[in-house]
Amino acid sequence: MIRRIERDRTRFRDLVRGKIKQDLKRFVAHGEMLGRKGKDLISIPLPGLELPHFRFGDNKKEGVGQGAGEPKSGEGEAGDAPGEHLLEVEVPLSELAQLLGEELALPRIEPRGKREMVAPAGRYVGVRRTGPESLRHAKRTLRAAMKRQLIAGTFDPQDPCIVPIRGDRHYRSWKSKPAAQSAAAVIYMMDVSGSMGKEQKELVRAEAFWIDCWLKSQYRSLEIRYLVHDAAAREVDESTFFHLRESGGTKISAAYELCAKLMREEYPPASWNVYPFHFSDGDNWSGRDTERCVELMKQELLPGCNQFCYGQVRSAYGSGQFKKDLDAALAGDERLVTTEIPDRDGILASIKTFLGKGR
Amino acid sequence: MNLTRDLERARAEIERHAKAFGLDFFPTIFELVDHDELNEVAAFGGFPTRYPHWRFGMEFDRLQKGYRYGLSKIYELVINNDPCYAYLMKSNSLVDQKLVMAHVFGHCDFFKNNVYFAHTDRKMVDRMANHGTILRNLMERHGVADVEAFLDRCLALDNLIDPHSKALRRAAPPPKEEGDAPPAAPAKLKAKSYMDRFVNPGRFLEQQKRDDQAQLRQDARFPSRPQRDVLKFLLDHAPLKRWQQEVLSLVREEAYYFAPQAQTKIMNEGWASYWHSTIMTRRVLRDSEVIDFADHHAGTLATSPGRLNPYKLGIELYRSIEERWDKGRFGKEWEHCESLVERRRFDRRLGQGREKIFEVRRLHCDVTFVDTFLDQDFCDAQEMYVYRTNPRTGRPEVASRDHSLVKEQLLFGLSNSGQPIVEVVDGNHDNRGELRLVHRFEGLELDLKFAGETLKVLETLWGRPVCIESKLDGKGTLVRCEKGEISTKEVAASGASDRPRDDK
Repeated sequence: MIRRIERDRTRFRDLVRGKIKQDLKRFVAHGEMLGRKGKDLISIPLPGLELPHFRFGDNKKEGVGQGAGEPKSGEGEAGDAPGEHLLEVEVPLSELAQLLGEELALPRIEPRGKREMVAPAGRYVGVRRTGPESLRHAKRTLRAAMKRQLIAGTFDPQDPCIVPIRGDRHYRSWKSKPAAQSAAAVIYMMDVSGSMGKEQKELVRAEAFWIDCWLKSQYRSLEIRYLVHDAAAREVDESTFFHLRESGGTKISAAYELCAKLMREEYPPASWNVYPFHFSDGDNWSGRDTERCVELMKQELLPGCNQFCYGQVRSAYGSGQFKKDLDAALAGDERLVTTEIPDRDGILASIKTFLGKGR
Repeated sequence: MNLTRDLERARAEIERHAKAFGLDFFPTIFELVDHDELNEVAAFGGFPTRYPHWRFGMEFDRLQKGYRYGLSKIYELVINNDPCYAYLMKSNSLVDQKLVMAHVFGHCDFFKNNVYFAHTDRKMVDRMANHGTILRNLMERHGVADVEAFLDRCLALDNLIDPHSKALRRAAPPPKEEGDAPPAAPAKLKAKSYMDRFVNPGRFLEQQKRDDQAQLRQDARFPSRPQRDVLKFLLDHAPLKRWQQEVLSLVREEAYYFAPQAQTKIMNEGWASYWHSTIMTRRVLRDSEVIDFADHHAGTLATSPGRLNPYKLGIELYRSIEERWDKGRFGKEWEHCESLVERRRFDRRLGQGREKIFEVRRLHCDVTFVDTFLDQDFCDAQEMYVYRTNPRTGRPEVASRDHSLVKEQLLFGLSNSGQPIVEVVDGNHDNRGELRLVHRFEGLELDLKFAGETLKVLETLWGRPVCIESKLDGKGTLVRCEKGEISTKEVAASGASDRPRDDK
């Protein structure tokens, strides 16, 4: 028999799902949730799921405390937006991806290569009496020692000195569980030249988040690399990728060369599903460099990846020429997908174009 | 009861000791459950047979997560019922179970004897099951979606009750008779014309006239006196269908059942902690169990800066009362004793402490408990303080250690269990059937966003526009909801701050 509470829980989850689905477009467009991303879960503020009540506002700046010492400010309280009382529901990323998939009617990706390697991963689950010193459980050990000394009558409250002996020691213990290793890699490339402003980067960030979300739901785990380029290209970490602001010219071929090198050396196509994504405002330095890009694309990038995605962000300064050039030069190659992202509301459409083919 | 042999032996022993100490409780039934089951029962507010609602599922989700990540763990759960039901977590160690059992007997005694619980239904387990059946039937007849939506609305208003109304009788409106209009002129006593001036003095007649008019105005109002039990008002006067009335009245009934638990949090937890500590340390503990007990007990009573632990405050208040009445530190002699040395040595050897705390647990709720027994000595001993956020640094700082300020601040948070006091003042506002509520402003502002949402809910029940008068930024404000649209406007601060007395 189903337990009573399970029915209520299912009902609750259905409500949550419904609400999220209803608001998916808004979430995607506004990137509200990107800041609160955890490892597997994400908190989404949902109005309307908490029952409203007449209640006091958050204007309580005073209170009563007890005990020695000064009051501390509550952790995390101060930073939150004042006056907002939204119920935060935690949703697994996989569930979010599923919703995205349903909404955009995304096909499942058929991975190539059979490289779902499996390696054991550990997790601490309990305590036992033997183990390496580095895993000693200090509190349990001291407690055991204190107990022993009390029973033996060697504990002196005036001089509470506790000396653990061999038999008192407790250690953390773990269990290993097989976990899949990655077989898919995403390489993000972004143009950080002077013409890419804050607004454009936000668009890229929001889009990257949702692409991550979907790909992660399709592969057990994902390797993600970040490249930025202006006239030269280099690899950076995630936070730099999204926050870096540089100026300078734009030489897209630099990025493509670096990407090709990565794929050659670390992600051979035989065992990896590689997804390069490139975001730019479409302004390249010269026509010759664009030719070089097309060349690289034909020779190295397209043959080595599942699909190459180029997203062009609209900017006040860019001409948007690069997308036209790519489309003209590589017309008919279905490994290349290009989209234009005019504004926040264009993100969903762009994602659909990128991921709609199920490659 | 499904206790193991060890636990059953411990239970019998603890029950014997509890009775010997004078605790008086309903028969108490312990159930041993695993954490899933415990979280389930807790999510249902203690009643496994409750009506279906997603809110319980949400709570269950939260509890499960808290448990899985090791953030929170429920040790025990006890229900105010005859017999009392208490749930023990299977995975607890034997010492923990003993402590919890002693704690539970404290709660049971409190439920049975505290006067604020006197009105609660002691067969609530059965009643809740009935409510569950009623709602399930209604859902079958009227559709799950409709009933659930209506239930959501009722639950949004379930703090608008009058928790004291069960204990005292609000003056009932005098029975009105049709055509019994007050006379146009005040009745005069019969008197000879030359005596009239003395028998019916002009001033008296004026007064009579004013009273009559006031009465007339009062009677014309609907409700004639501000009504705090908003749910009752809706039940009586809102255009509800039969089944909706049934749902609303059931929600209201449950709200009244739970109200005393919010009114006596400090007292109830303090009492239970006092007794688990007393029973365990004086009678039950074995030597080998002392450390585990102390660890757990210290965890329960731990205070952290800027936060108040009801267990700690409660148990310390009981202990201080016990000490004061043991030593006779009350009454004129104690109050007038000025010398510090003498005060410290003051001991009349009365030994009335135990007796006194039993009396206290019978008669008080948190508000009166703190108001009566929190004095400067207690504040000093417990290092209590009022803190305030320094507007310059944005950090909380100790503002005062004066007991009157500490008390004031505490009572502020405790009155009406920390809920705003809201009353119906007019069911026919502007003579167009609007419902007008007043928030009795006492220093804390309403959350405007939530108030708006709540008004929307209220409007769907009342069927006509609704409004609530309160104070925002020091100004009288009227928040109004018409056809789901919220508007606010400034009004002259009329009833929001000055509370009209309803007892003459």
